[in-house]
Amino acid sequence: MGFEEVRFEQDSEKAIHNKPLQKALVNVTNRFRTARNKASEDVPNWDNLRAAAREIKKETIENLDKYLLMLEERVKRAGGKVHWAKDAEEASQIIVNIAREGNVKSVVKSKSMATEEIELNNSFEDAGIKVIETDLGEYIIQLAGEHPSHIIAPAIHKTKEDISKLFSAKLGIPRYDKPEELTKVAREILRSEFLNADMGVSGANFAVAETGTIVVVENEGNARLTTTVPKIHVALVGIEKLIPRYEDLSLFLTVLARSATGQKSSTYVSFITGPKRSTDIGGPEEFHLVLLDNGRSKILASEETRESLYCIRCGACLNNCPVYRKVGGHSYGWVYSGPIGAIITPQLMGIDKAPELPFASSLCGACKDVCPVKIDFPKILLELRKNVVESKKGSTGIGERFGIRLWRFTVEHESIYKITNKLSYYFQLPWKGRNGKLNSLPYPFSRWTDQRDFPAVAKKTFRERWKNNKGETG
Amino acid sequence: MVKVLKSLGVEVDFIEEQTCCGQPAFNSGYQDDARAVAERFLSIFDKALNDESGKDAYIVCPSGSCTSMVKVFYEELFKNSPELLNKVRNVSQKTFEFSEFLIKVLNTVDVGAGYKGVVTYHDSCHLLRELGVKDGPRELIKSVKGVKFKEMELHDACCGFGGTFSIKFPKVSVSMLEEKIECIINSGADTLVSADMGCLMNIVGALSRREIPVKVMHLAELLASRG
Repeated sequence: MGFEEVRFEQDSEKAIHNKPLQKALVNVTNRFRTARNKASEDVPNWDNLRAAAREIKKETIENLDKYLLMLEERVKRAGGKVHWAKDAEEASQIIVNIAREGNVKSVVKSKSMATEEIELNNSFEDAGIKVIETDLGEYIIQLAGEHPSHIIAPAIHKTKEDISKLFSAKLGIPRYDKPEELTKVAREILRSEFLNADMGVSGANFAVAETGTIVVVENEGNARLTTTVPKIHVALVGIEKLIPRYEDLSLFLTVLARSATGQKSSTYVSFITGPKRSTDIGGPEEFHLVLLDNGRSKILASEETRESLYCIRCGACLNNCPVYRKVGGHSYGWVYSGPIGAIITPQLMGIDKAPELPFASSLCGACKDVCPVKIDFPKILLELRKNVVESKKGSTGIGERFGIRLWRFTVEHESIYKITNKLSYYFQLPWKGRNGKLNSLPYPFSRWTDQRDFPAVAKKTFRERWKNNKGETG
Repeated sequence: MVKVLKSLGVEVDFIEEQTCCGQPAFNSGYQDDARAVAERFLSIFDKALNDESGKDAYIVCPSGSCTSMVKVFYEELFKNSPELLNKVRNVSQKTFEFSEFLIKVLNTVDVGAGYKGVVTYHDSCHLLRELGVKDGPRELIKSVKGVKFKEMELHDACCGFGGTFSIKFPKVSVSMLEEKIECIINSGADTLVSADMGCLMNIVGALSRREIPVKVMHLAELLASRG
């Protein structure tokens, strides 16, 4: 996704006026939310599981250097190759080179946010290599030339009708209107792509340090085919995806599936340790693990916001976010959306590229409540807001700075505070409307009164009432 | 709030020096400004608690948001000022949001109020999620004579206020608010009660602009009613 700059306010307004999108957002987030709530209530000690998962992630991230080296060593021992990519460009180059060396003509991909992050498809296309997304949602948005709008449901912004039209136009087939028919079309095309592909690219939900195993969770079976049918398998994995021990998986697979889709377990869970062994009947001859930094070590260096790296990309924070539910994924300007996008995009891309995002939250905390690793989103958002203010970027312009100074001066001096309270009664009079409220204030307060009334200031302040009646105030 | 507390035999004082806890600046990223204002708050209330040291003194605040600033976020704001952390702890453990004070400190659910109407309750985010207060306000409302309580859908969803969020992204804020208004209307209630001024100001602002005849009250106003 060509990342230029985030235009949250502009894009979110477009989303709010997009009626089909609004309908889709309500449907999808309600479905996921209800399913997650039920799945978490079914587990008697759910909060303990979240706390335990958080502890393990904390331990991993605090000792990431050690675990990464362990992972590298174990993957190599299993016969795989390990590559380190410092940024998106290097990662794409490594993967395209692997393809060139293997004389790869055609690549199948399973769903992976990391590959979206590095825009791997563009690099393959530039190198003249055909690449096909095999997750149904990803396949749809690849055909449409769009970007995912939800971490686990990339095409939720598309309606059934959109997809029907898209398939007909791009694949030269008649219009099918039933989801089953459309799925059948995609399935048939993708089957032959799997069989023709020379290389499969996947992400990973977890990478287990002690065994060198990568774990891929999915519901469609396409990731299993991607990682087993072609002769080369490349897994692109963010360095934060590690967990230390194989036995930790039972916990993480439980909290991931229940938080993401409300399933007890995802339909397919693939455990991949190195390439095909001599005793195996099938499987790839080569296995490459590409470990992606791309700004993650910057997050690691920040003690205040480090826990952003605990994320296991379940998407629960999106489904529970009242802001995401209104603005959808594309408003966040990059591949990661919702609360997790609001905290990691500014950190991965640089705060100057996305200064609006830390403010794109009402700090309601619903995300923190459902996060399976208990990421303290409000705390991180507040820290990033501080960083934006200190870097003097974004909407925190001179006006706001002046406003805050004025506010501070007022509340630091009781006498001025009292006078201001009193004076605001008189200052407001020109704007007082027929219903006794303020109906249209000058900028920036017009941003409030355009669609809402503002309460009028009472003539008698609380202090005056307190003084006069000592306690008979209401 | 003063009326309710007095009716329950609590001696109430108001320290006139007080102004703000610093939350507006803190939430907007201006932590230095917030810290200066918060320090002022701390020293005023720490002194007040010390002056009343012989008595069982508390700080009661009719806002979940301001209370959570003091009880939750001061620790964060002053984490690099160990000399102030004692004050923070002293003040924060004595600070209570109004409904929590009634229930936890005064052990009171029925304050003798009366009100005729169908009431629904909006959970303010900070009161619910930062302070964990959920059932208390509902019990207080249900104990008011004449009140019929109706829970709305999405009662715990943010109303879209969020401080400066409401003017930084007014369209997003209002679209969240509209969902809330719809839930309020669908509940069939004629009165909306909440325990935070920010939410109330936001909700009533949209109700009055749209001329929707639902009354909006702070929990304290409802509990002070004798109708």
